[in-house]
Amino acid sequence: MRISVTVDGVRYDDDVEPRLLLVHYLREQAGRTGTPIGCDTSNCGACTVLLNGRSVKSCSVLAVQADGTEITTIQGLANGSGELHPLQRAFHEEHALQCGYCTPGMIMAAADLLSENPNPTEEEVRDGLEGNLCRCTGYQNIVRAVLRAANGSATAAANGSATAAANDSATAEVTA
Amino acid sequence: MTATDLPAAEVGRARARKEDARLITGQTNWTDNITLPGMVHVSFVRSPHAHARIASVDVSAARGAAGVFAAYSGADFAAEQGSLPCAWPVTPDIVIPEHPSMAVDTVRYAGEIVACVVARDRYAAADALELIDVTYEPLEPVLDMEQALADGAVQLHAAGNKSFTWPFGNGDIDAAFRDAPVVIERTYRQQRLIPSAMEPRAVVCAPVADEYTMWTSTQIPHVLRVMLALVTGIPEHKLRVIAPDVGGGFGSKLQVTAEEVLALLLARKLGRPVKWTETRSEGNVAVHHGRDQIQRVRIAADADGRIRGLDVDLLADMGAYLMLVTPGVPLLGAFMFNAIYKMDAYRFNCTGVFTSKTPTDAYRGAGRPEATYAIEHLMDDLAAELGMDPLALRERNWIKHEEFPFTTIAGLTYDSGNYEAATETAKELFGYDALRAEQAERNAAGSPVRLGIGISTFTEMCGLAPSRVLGSLAYAAGGWEHASIRMLPTGKVEVVTGSSAHGQGHETAWSQIVADQLGVPFEDVRVLHGDTAISHKGMDTYGSRSLVVGGTAIVNACDKVRQKARVIAAAMLEVSPDDLEWSDGRWAVRGDPDQGKSIGEIAFAAFAAHGLPDGVEPSLDSDATYDPDNFSFPHGTHLCAAEVDTETGQVRIRSYVAVDDVGVVVNPLIVEGQVHGGIAQGVAQALYEEAAYDSSGNLVTASLADYLIPSAADLPSFTTARTTTPSTLNPLGVKGVGEAGTIASTPAVVNAIVDALRPFGVADVPMPCTPERVWRAIQEARGAATAPPAAATPASASGPGPNPDAQDDSREDRSAR
Repeated sequence: MRISVTVDGVRYDDDVEPRLLLVHYLREQAGRTGTPIGCDTSNCGACTVLLNGRSVKSCSVLAVQADGTEITTIQGLANGSGELHPLQRAFHEEHALQCGYCTPGMIMAAADLLSENPNPTEEEVRDGLEGNLCRCTGYQNIVRAVLRAANGSATAAANGSATAAANDSATAEVTA
Repeated sequence: MTATDLPAAEVGRARARKEDARLITGQTNWTDNITLPGMVHVSFVRSPHAHARIASVDVSAARGAAGVFAAYSGADFAAEQGSLPCAWPVTPDIVIPEHPSMAVDTVRYAGEIVACVVARDRYAAADALELIDVTYEPLEPVLDMEQALADGAVQLHAAGNKSFTWPFGNGDIDAAFRDAPVVIERTYRQQRLIPSAMEPRAVVCAPVADEYTMWTSTQIPHVLRVMLALVTGIPEHKLRVIAPDVGGGFGSKLQVTAEEVLALLLARKLGRPVKWTETRSEGNVAVHHGRDQIQRVRIAADADGRIRGLDVDLLADMGAYLMLVTPGVPLLGAFMFNAIYKMDAYRFNCTGVFTSKTPTDAYRGAGRPEATYAIEHLMDDLAAELGMDPLALRERNWIKHEEFPFTTIAGLTYDSGNYEAATETAKELFGYDALRAEQAERNAAGSPVRLGIGISTFTEMCGLAPSRVLGSLAYAAGGWEHASIRMLPTGKVEVVTGSSAHGQGHETAWSQIVADQLGVPFEDVRVLHGDTAISHKGMDTYGSRSLVVGGTAIVNACDKVRQKARVIAAAMLEVSPDDLEWSDGRWAVRGDPDQGKSIGEIAFAAFAAHGLPDGVEPSLDSDATYDPDNFSFPHGTHLCAAEVDTETGQVRIRSYVAVDDVGVVVNPLIVEGQVHGGIAQGVAQALYEEAAYDSSGNLVTASLADYLIPSAADLPSFTTARTTTPSTLNPLGVKGVGEAGTIASTPAVVNAIVDALRPFGVADVPMPCTPERVWRAIQEARGAATAPPAAATPASASGPGPNPDAQDDSREDRSAR
């Protein structure tokens, strides 16, 4: 089937098999390998992208269903500006990633969360990211990063940034 | 050199990580991103039976399908596939069964590979798999370790179901237990876990003539290269292994896998690049599992709580075969059951048992979480028996600060530690006394929601490992690490490390170390790793070893560069090397600091090589290989406050304090992240995760819909702090942090739950402590055999394992809180 889809600002007209998953289309036909695949049951959220501005797990959408839509992946989030998106910057500054495999999906899910709720509480962030699994971080710094991106650094500091926490930790040190 | 001699400009700074730049922008190079011209895709047929004879495999229809290049059965590879390696034959009489990458005549776990298809893309390969016809003659599975060892049990291997028995001990155990005022005996169950790195495995193998390059999602490119050569007979120098960006491992990628061996053999057979990408459901049955022990433990104590002896008898489930370090994993625990405690006698015995399940092997902590869980649970049980505060009991028995270095009953010499300081800090941050008071109030009031306090004063042995110790334990390889420093002509620095990071942040931390050592900016250092053609030797990353062993190799390599630079600088300045002193990245004349040369200037002079002294080779670089003398021993005190709803069995972690002593910290941001993630995985074992099998031997938690990895909504925030007792064993004073949180947190959480329920007579709740199991433990202790409440799981009454649907229910429960 023929689809026309805009991926990270570029229009693609392509023939695809009806059974092709959007995530495979993005990775293998559009060459957007920044979006990884972490499972086959739509549980992990690693493949989350924005479809017309709303987050979807791209493993649970067929490429043909994306016909006529606009897709934003982690590679298009910064809009070609050369600057990092505030969420990307916050994930870096708050050490919200280790292996980084869940990170594209986590950031895209967080982008949707913040567009719905620009000033979430910690609990709202935790609940809002429930569909995205991370095995490395224990989520604490991911939550900090999303709060920091939401509110700017002043509020983030009030919520306790990772760097501040690391320094607090250092001040709490007992040299034994 | 001691830690205090080092300049501390970079070491200790909370640097945001270098590797993030590609990871947050999608510019990553996961193995599954790799596409090569002419590449073909392989898919595997896996056994649906736990134990069966293979009567026939017919691949002819698949071979004729559109887009299919080849299809093979195990018999087609019987002559060349060899046996997957076990590098740890722990006893002389250990049974190590043949383990073909593709089963030839018998399958011994559901998920074992029996055939494969190679096609133009993964869709065509998946279609053709359906055309392969395998006829099985099902055999009885072997699912229970105790039954497996009983007379008349179905035998999984010709040599039986027992792999080995490994005895160990010190002191007169009979005397310790004879006439002991207090003896308690417990059996704990370490459930089977699935490591679940977020990146599923993938491998690409490209042949060029008779040489092969393999990209693979591995923790161990160096070890893998050696093993691939030994298994396949392909000469080692014709093999190059690359670990590109690797999305987590936790031990699961410390392996030599059937898929890697087969990708190599298929690339050789077909003369084309071959790619395999795992699906998650495939991985859950095919990636090695972790834990799975039955722990029978006895402790004898004096009336005042002093430990007299500890007796440990383990059954460790090997699964169907021994993989790379399978039998060694439970034995790492042998040195850790005694933990931080002094005692008169200790006995350990471990029997490795074969079952028709996915093989087990290293999972974060590997033997040490199991041991720590048992001893910390047992200490709480002993405290309850004696009516003592569990922290006071621990303090009664632990090694005092002034007693280091201390040789334990298990024969390890702990170089340093300060359990008093870590515990004091933790108690203060936790509000220990106030929580104990609240607990007493709730108990007195008969509150339906009880409060429990869980304690884990853990230590671990890491920094694996002194090669001679590994040799004495019959491990086939050493535990050293390699580093080299390459000063580029413009003064920039390339660091080559034998460690192989997959999320740990070595590119950042190693840059910090080198920046201090060579007096160059952090930004001027680039770290290269994970490619056997670039980093030609190494022992890779596992066992919290990279900083302790690999970091020390880097310090030593930097020192060699400095020493060579000194000779060159002396020639440039026309002075004697003895007249120079090193400061801020320069060799300068003692007493005349203006007369000096920076390391960058010296590097250019070494590159131009115009006026080098006689006998000095051009270029400024170095190699160092470091073998540690001892393990390192991080420790800490973790305290968990859990609220347990006695009517529903629901557990809520109210607060969690982790005070870790990992020695000198290179990057506090990275250390805190490791602690958070480690605690989360330990909490997951305590509350959520279990690889469960049905009575036919099928894994019922074969996808992420059924295997419950906690989400952000399931976990609390953790309060972390540190005490610092530098290691005396390495120049950086570091101890390692990768596994600490996981080792510490499981017993802290379970101890909190049991502590909340002791007034009901509950002495244990089997892991994972789901609401149903907590509720049942209360009912059983009350002696009431009532049906579970509606919110719990009707189906799970049929067996001990969790029901997948039930787990989904509990996920909803938690998210709704």
